[in-house]
Amino acid sequence: MNIPRHWRETPERYRLEAAKCRKCGKIAFPARLICPDCGHKEFEKINLSGKGKLLTYTIIRTAPEGFEDIAPYAVGIVEMEEGVSVMGQVTDCDPEELKTGDTLVTKFRRMSEEGKTGLIMYSYKFVPDIGV
Amino acid sequence: MKEVAIIGIGIIKFGELWDKSLRDIAVESALNCLEDSGTDRIDSINIGCMSSGLFIGQEHLASIIADYLGRLNIPSTRVESACASGGLAVRSAFLEVAAGMSDYALAIGVEKMTDVSMGEATYALATAADQDYEAFHGITFPGLYAMLARTHMERWGTTREQLAEVAIKNHRNGSMNQYAQFPFTITLDAVLKSTMIADPLRLLDCSPVTDGAAALLLTTVENAKKLKKHPVVVISGIGSAVDSIALSQRKDLLELKAVKTAAGMALQMSGRTINDIDFAEVHDCFTIAEILVLESMGILEPGKGGPATLEGYTALDGKFPVNPSGGLKSKGHPVGATGVAQIFEIVNQLRGNSGKRQIPGARIGLAQNMGGSGGSCICHIIEAK
Amino acid sequence: MVGIIGYGTQIPRYRIKVEEIAKVWGADAETLKRGLNLNEKSVPAPDEDCATLSVGAARNALVRAGIDPALIGAVYVGSESHPYAVKPTGTIVSEALGICPHVHTADLEFACKAGTEGMFIALYLVKSGVMTCALAIGADTSQGAPGDALEYSASAGAAAFIMGRENIIAELLDTHCYMTDTPDFWRRENAHYPEHSGRFTGEPAYKKHVFGAVNAILDKTGMKPEDFDYLIFHQPNGKFPVQAARQLGFTEAQYHYGLLTPVLGNTYSASSPLGFAATLDEADPDQLILLVSYGSGAGSDAFVFRTTERLLKNRDLAPKVRKQLDEHRKYLEYGVYAKFRGKILKPE
Repeated sequence: MNIPRHWRETPERYRLEAAKCRKCGKIAFPARLICPDCGHKEFEKINLSGKGKLLTYTIIRTAPEGFEDIAPYAVGIVEMEEGVSVMGQVTDCDPEELKTGDTLVTKFRRMSEEGKTGLIMYSYKFVPDIGV
Repeated sequence: MKEVAIIGIGIIKFGELWDKSLRDIAVESALNCLEDSGTDRIDSINIGCMSSGLFIGQEHLASIIADYLGRLNIPSTRVESACASGGLAVRSAFLEVAAGMSDYALAIGVEKMTDVSMGEATYALATAADQDYEAFHGITFPGLYAMLARTHMERWGTTREQLAEVAIKNHRNGSMNQYAQFPFTITLDAVLKSTMIADPLRLLDCSPVTDGAAALLLTTVENAKKLKKHPVVVISGIGSAVDSIALSQRKDLLELKAVKTAAGMALQMSGRTINDIDFAEVHDCFTIAEILVLESMGILEPGKGGPATLEGYTALDGKFPVNPSGGLKSKGHPVGATGVAQIFEIVNQLRGNSGKRQIPGARIGLAQNMGGSGGSCICHIIEAK
Repeated sequence: MVGIIGYGTQIPRYRIKVEEIAKVWGADAETLKRGLNLNEKSVPAPDEDCATLSVGAARNALVRAGIDPALIGAVYVGSESHPYAVKPTGTIVSEALGICPHVHTADLEFACKAGTEGMFIALYLVKSGVMTCALAIGADTSQGAPGDALEYSASAGAAAFIMGRENIIAELLDTHCYMTDTPDFWRRENAHYPEHSGRFTGEPAYKKHVFGAVNAILDKTGMKPEDFDYLIFHQPNGKFPVQAARQLGFTEAQYHYGLLTPVLGNTYSASSPLGFAATLDEADPDQLILLVSYGSGAGSDAFVFRTTERLLKNRDLAPKVRKQLDEHRKYLEYGVYAKFRGKILKPE
């Protein structure tokens, strides 16, 4: 039952809400209770811009359950312009044409669903930054 | 703290064991271990298993395994650290003996993976990644290591052939291992033409889904000396460390910090340096993993893992043999059993019982077992006294 | 004074050509293309739906409006393809945009008219002073039954409009709505594809209501067709809106920018709103625009807008409709299209 689990992550998955350490400025995504860099425990909520550079990626050809219908698809780690890295799918692209260093932006997309009659889980995904 | 020796080792043939259950293979490996040790005494049981809950719907292994082993009324504990659960069970048994809580502590590593479909197995394994911020996005374990492989290739110029050589070398070793799941050699062509799983990793870059179990019996060096059945083999150092579970949270993708720290900790405890080590069993769940591990432990400089492998540095007859057992790639990777099976191989090598795979004059071996994409790591230094 | 302060659109990158669909059903593509004035249509990616397209369009509208999302007091999503039969799309969209929790949301459905329904409500709520701003979205990933005439046109897209009283880019001058109960097209509960009444969808349905709304608003405002710089009608295909415009005395120059169906297909609730957005992309300040939607069942909403100087300043802040239509396109074969649209039966 993924309902409360998905719902709880809504701020992160829907609008890239992150936590910025009030002491050292380190940005944590997802939010943490303790700053991984300085140990401080007070944070300010910020929303990441959604723009970043592709650090590395792969093309999933043998997909886990629930993702079979969209394979092959790309998953990458993106260094956001705020400095924090985020893993996510890269959609609306030809995976073979992706390159490390590509500029990507986030879009709001369907990630998975609990069967045809169950909950639809939405999240950020990345797309090439071509201004559409 | 007492000095700890390994007096018994047991394993079963790894593979798709359709006619055997988890309790069958755990007990079988333990019985083999007891027979090897020449003693029948067990004061505590330490079980490493990653995900019996997802693989066979059975938790509470501490009870079921002790029960079917016929050893009730003693402490029995299950530990879990994903694919490093086996190594962690050995550490737990070591602590029992070193602390004087048990005179004889049994470590069992076990995983029964083939009772579920490939999709369900993939899901179970992916629980070793960050469920909410990695697996949620449809990433798989081959996918995580594929991203590391791409980074290594782009930063260091590591080639597909160099990656393939890890698998070829390990299969060559494993072809001589009677316990291996895939005891045959493979060619470069076969690796490079195998099905693409997650670019740039192909099927033959990946360790398989395996049923398997292995067991070790630990006691004090003092007790071991009295047994006289085998040369005395001791655990001289243990290191255990963790790193961020999610790759995105790490500053440098190619530095496996848990591996570096755990190896350093184990060496320091044993009073050894990396140059004192004769050979290693390392966690080659994917070809790139062996290269990253060797670089993170300081056996090879960063970026040199690929070329060194291709040049035979890590071959059985190389300067530093790695995975004489065939590694996870050829021997098989029953996740919870792997860390224990690695030490089974090392003890056999130190006893001089490895037949065609014997590394001449092997005195000190290192076992490196890791969980997830390097989120946890346990290293053991094993020495012949 | 009330009007539009920001607009944004989202169109999927995938397309399928009429020829590709016709090939599968043994139909004559040339006849279809000529008869429908339609060449290709957009297809949503498997991870797109009415909610994701709405969020994409609304984010662009927010960029153009340059306002704090918290100022938006209402979010209306008009669609005939809401992701859930029961569970609001509006809350998904509002949450993604950071508008929750102090907001009124409603999901609207009126065949292809649901988008302008939201615009109508949003405009008058803002005008009444109940709220500072309101967001209206028309979004659809509509489905035509395999082999049906609608399969050639049913497409996907979204257009979002933020209404306000300050910093207006297109001021609302007047509206008129024209409704009757006319069963030309419907989808029953649990039915996957809609049904329609063939040629009955023309004269007594589309034409009657579009003409009714246009004639009424011309009467009401005292304007004539030639007074308008631009015209956008609902576009179930490329033929109906052109015929209707000509019969009513409008010219090609007036509907030129807003006629998207020949290369986009019928985006249902987003159809006339997308045409309106494409027109705003090109219009000059102080120009008059007539927007008339049509929804089966049946009814038309007519709006008269006058553009302002501010339009020129803010429309380059987000991608224009033509850019979304013309760049990064990817054509699908029917098999992949069928997979994307869930038309292939798989074991449960």
